[in-house]
Amino acid sequence: MNLTKSEYERLYQKKSPDSPLWKDMLWAGLIGGAICTVGQLVSNFYKGRGLDTDGAAAATAITMVFLGALLTGLHLYDKLAKHAGAGTIVPITGFANAIVSPAMEFKSEGLVLGMAAKLFVIAGPVLVYGISASVIYGLLLFWMGG
Amino acid sequence: MEYLNAFITGGIICALSQILIDKTKLTPARILVSYVVLGVILQGFGLYQNIVDFGGAGATVPLLGFGYSLAKGAAAGVAEKGLLGAFTGGVSGAAGGIAAAIVFGCLFALLSRPADKSGN
Amino acid sequence: MAKRLGKRTIAFQQPPAIMASAAIVGEKEGQGPLGQFFDVVSQDSHFGQKSWELAESEMQKQTIALAVEKAGLQMTDLDCILAGDLLNQCIGSSLASVEAHLPYLGLYGACSTMAQGLALGAALIDGGAIRKAAAAASSHFCSAERQYRFPLAYGGQRPPTAQWTATAAGAAILAKGGSKIRITHAIFGEMVDMGVKDANNMGSAMAPSACDTLEHLFEDTHTQPTDYDRILTGDLAAVGADLLVTLLRKDGIDITPVYSDCGSLLYGSEQDTHAGGSGCGCSAAVVCGHILRDMEQGTLHKVIFAGTGALMSPTSLQQGQSIAGICHAVVLERAN
Repeated sequence: MNLTKSEYERLYQKKSPDSPLWKDMLWAGLIGGAICTVGQLVSNFYKGRGLDTDGAAAATAITMVFLGALLTGLHLYDKLAKHAGAGTIVPITGFANAIVSPAMEFKSEGLVLGMAAKLFVIAGPVLVYGISASVIYGLLLFWMGG
Repeated sequence: MEYLNAFITGGIICALSQILIDKTKLTPARILVSYVVLGVILQGFGLYQNIVDFGGAGATVPLLGFGYSLAKGAAAGVAEKGLLGAFTGGVSGAAGGIAAAIVFGCLFALLSRPADKSGN
Repeated sequence: MAKRLGKRTIAFQQPPAIMASAAIVGEKEGQGPLGQFFDVVSQDSHFGQKSWELAESEMQKQTIALAVEKAGLQMTDLDCILAGDLLNQCIGSSLASVEAHLPYLGLYGACSTMAQGLALGAALIDGGAIRKAAAAASSHFCSAERQYRFPLAYGGQRPPTAQWTATAAGAAILAKGGSKIRITHAIFGEMVDMGVKDANNMGSAMAPSACDTLEHLFEDTHTQPTDYDRILTGDLAAVGADLLVTLLRKDGIDITPVYSDCGSLLYGSEQDTHAGGSGCGCSAAVVCGHILRDMEQGTLHKVIFAGTGALMSPTSLQQGQSIAGICHAVVLERAN
């Protein structure tokens, strides 16, 4: 075999089938859109019960996280995700899935070092960077305003 | 109408994310991190509010919306408590979702048994 | 005593025999096209155990015990167990044989482990170091997923080049004689790193090593592909097998008339395993369940089994290291 690494890279890229982009995008859009529509239903429900915008937003987030966790616990979320891809990863239900699934999986290593320690093994970075970004934004606002 | 707007907005955000998954080697975790930070930045420039006004849950349910609520919380915190609010505002804006994720995460982990998915 | 042939190949002067073999697989593997050839298709992927790691150990343990039984032996007749799996520190195999009270060698060759075990066992036997040994390998979809990828309930999407870790175990009993099926040659391969970094494309990472080992084998033994009834790689799957054929063809070798791949054989196209099967248990079960049975029945006489492994760890991948491939092979021959 007389191939350089870059020659081989061209060869195996050619031989490796691509993901079916249009089909994947269609699934992602439909399922992702459907999840958001459910979110809208939930949000309207809370607004109808007299919650203000912020209250309804928080209650909706909690409810959607609950639904994502429930579907994960029932082993349904991963089956949906196989087709939906980003459509199930990007909504907040996917955030719940990323937290519940390792907790379920690593329970066998104990409730402290298994379940609890692995809770944020996938979703942790979202909190780390999200919260850090919000603090930086807050500081910028403070200094610019003050 | 607002349901249609939510469906379209959420659907477009998810479909665009699918391009990132299929066409780049970015792992889902990196995409999610980018989205949250992007949500904070967009709201920081006051842009994301427009998308939320149009799409409702279609804009708030995707993780961009998580960044949006973090940024919105930070802004409210600063307005109310100054420097201290810069630290507490973001997390309190997203506290419901985070606490729910922890509690429901543990709850369902305790209730469920790992099942093989190789059968399907 | 074994004899060195050419640059890499080992020719056994008294080729060790494979007395018996056994394969136990999970439900999905049992539903595949080879389902009927496996000794046991377990409907319980937990194998009655409380963790996936223990489930894999139990599966391997039962497979070794079954192979020993089929050979008409007792466990105490063995001089050694050579076994491996994909789990950290090879714990699946250690736990499987800890109660056997036999000399034990844990092997790690990723998916090449079965070929590695057969080659090492044959060398030990032909060299007179041991008389009888069990070679075994296993993998479990659920224990591999949680170690290498994501939790089972995590909603991820696999690209078309990804392979599916088989829930399967295979074991073979090697001895000085006692069977028509013999291991005549063995070749240990070198690690070949062509810079593939995508863990979802292991076939591409392994194909160059299979090409390298097979070319050495043909050269050292002065044979060509048509001298064999079957050339079997484990587990390149669809992408890797296609690449291997292409790479060998570039060097003027055509294996297509006799070529098949364990990863492509194990599952049917409707089983949604993407490129095909992988994991130590994949080639172990295909060889121990299917190929050796065909040889026993006389439908195959001379077979190259080239086990291929992708050498990487989650840590090495995260640190940006590329995946080296490795390929060990044995030549199996049925005496008439």
